[in-house]
Amino acid sequence: MTELSKGGHRHLLSIAELGADGIEEILEVSDAFVEVGRRSIPKVPSLRGRTVVTLFAEQSTRTRLSFETAAKRLSADVLSFSVDTSSVKKGESLRDTVETVAAMGVDAFVVRHTSAGAPAAVARWVDASVVNAGDGWHEHPTQALLDCYTIRQVLAERAGRALEDTGVECFVGLRVAIVGDVRHSRVARSLVLALGALGAEVTLVAPGSLLPPSLEGWPLSKVSYDLDAVLPHVDVCYLLRLQSERGAGAFLPSVREYSAWYGLTSRRAALLGDDALVMHPGPMNRGIEIADDVAALPRSLVLRQVSNGVAVRMAVLFMLLGQGQVGTGGSGPGLLPTLGTVVGG
Amino acid sequence: MAERERRLTPPRGGVFVPRVQVLTAQDVQRALTRIAHEIIERNHGLEDVVLVGLQTGGVPLSFRIASVLEEMEGTVVPVGLLDVAFYRDDIGIRPVLPEAATDIPGDLAGQLVVLVDDVLFTGRTVRAALNALADYGRARAVQLAVMVDRGHRELPIRPDYVGKNMPTRIDEQVDVSLDGVVLGDVVPR
Repeated sequence: MTELSKGGHRHLLSIAELGADGIEEILEVSDAFVEVGRRSIPKVPSLRGRTVVTLFAEQSTRTRLSFETAAKRLSADVLSFSVDTSSVKKGESLRDTVETVAAMGVDAFVVRHTSAGAPAAVARWVDASVVNAGDGWHEHPTQALLDCYTIRQVLAERAGRALEDTGVECFVGLRVAIVGDVRHSRVARSLVLALGALGAEVTLVAPGSLLPPSLEGWPLSKVSYDLDAVLPHVDVCYLLRLQSERGAGAFLPSVREYSAWYGLTSRRAALLGDDALVMHPGPMNRGIEIADDVAALPRSLVLRQVSNGVAVRMAVLFMLLGQGQVGTGGSGPGLLPTLGTVVGG
Repeated sequence: MAERERRLTPPRGGVFVPRVQVLTAQDVQRALTRIAHEIIERNHGLEDVVLVGLQTGGVPLSFRIASVLEEMEGTVVPVGLLDVAFYRDDIGIRPVLPEAATDIPGDLAGQLVVLVDDVLFTGRTVRAALNALADYGRARAVQLAVMVDRGHRELPIRPDYVGKNMPTRIDEQVDVSLDGVVLGDVVPR
C-alpha cells in the first residue's frame, strides 16, 4: 500500500478532519462515478476481491442500501451485519464482534451507531478502513458530501456549465438555511462544517430547545427562530427530520406547534425565491417538517440527493480502498499518478 | 478543470526534463493524416467507425484524426472519451484517480471502435480500456491507434496504427502533444 501523504486519512470519520481540499477532491472523483451510474451496465471492476462490511447498530434504509449499492457497483463483496440479529444480542461486546468480523478478512467497515465516536473506536480496533455512516449526534459525513455534491450539480446545470468546470467556489456566499431539529442531527453538524469550510453562509433556524447546548466552533453566519423571515433570503432551504426516536418530542410543546412554526408548508414554500432549492436528508416526516405538496415540487431535490449518494459513496470507498486514503486534496507530491505512466502505461 | 489538471498531471515525485525533440508539430500532423488514411483503407470506408480517445493524452489526437477523416471522406466520425482509472490493474498498488470525464456516444454494439492513445508502453492502459469498452456494448471490432510505440510491453497487445516506432529506455519519458513528440527524463524533485 502506498505511503500516506500528508493530510490524508485512512478512514472517513468526520467532515471536520477532511477540510475544504478533501471535500473538493471527493466531489471531483464523484463526477466520474455519476457517469458510471448512467451507463447501461453501471458497474466497474475497481474493488474486485475487496470486502466491505456494513455494520449498522441503528435502523437505516437509504444509507445502508446506498453504501451496499456503491460497494457492489465497485465489484467489492459486501457483508451486511445488523446488530439486532447478531451475537451482540447474546452479550458479545461491540469490540469482540468487530474483531471477529475483521478476522475474516475485511477491507472496510461502514459503521452506523447510536453512540457518537463508535466508528472512531472501531477504527482503533481494526486494520481496515472505517467509514462513519452516522454516529449518534456527532457526524454523518457522507450525507454532507452528497448534499454538497447535489448543490454543486444543480448550480452547474443552472449556469449551463460542465460539472468538471464547476469547482467548489460555487459555494462561496451561497445562502443556506438549515431548519429544524439541529440538536439531534448529525447531518446538520456535518453539513454545517462542510458548507462552512467551502465558504457558504449558513443560517440555523430552529426553536431554542432544538438547538445544541453549544454552537461554539460552528462556522455559522446566523441563528434565527423565525423561518418566515429567513426564507425569502436563502438559496437553499435544508430541512431536518424531527428525530422523535431521540426524544425530540420532549423538547416541544407539541409536534403540531412545531409544524406550524417550522414546517415548510406550501404557504412558506411560496416565500422562497424562484431559484431556491429545497433539500431533506430523509426519511421525511411528511406533514411535519415538510408538506406533501412541497416535497413533490421540482425544486425539491430529495430523490436526486439519494441517487447522488451512491456515486459519492462509491468515490469514498474507491479512494479509501483503492489508494488507501481520502482528504489529501490532491496536494501531496508523490501521491498522484504520473502523466507518462498513466497515459502511456 | 484547469485547476484539476494542474493538480493531477505532474509526474510523480519528479519533473519532466525534455532531452530530444523526436517529432515536430508538422510530423505529428503528417502521422495523423497517414493514420487517418490507414483507418479508411483498412476498413474500406468509415461505416460504423467510432474513435475513442483515452484520457487525457489520446483526446486531442482523436479529435484531430476525426477532423482529417471528415476532410477526406465527408463523414462525421463520432468521438468518445474514455478514462480507464476504474479498470486499471494497479488499483491499491499505487494511487489511481480518474483524470477526466468519460463520455461515450451511445451504444458501441456493432460499431468499429478505434482506440486512440498517445503512447503505447506496457499495454496495461489498453488492457483496461478493452475491459471498459465491453461495458458499453459488444463492439464489432476494436483497433488501436497510437502516436508513439515505445516498446516494453508487458501484455500481448499490438497497435494497428502507429505514428512512430520509438525504442526507449524504460526510465525515459515520452511527451506527446499536437506540438510534437519529445523524449526526456524524469528527474526527482
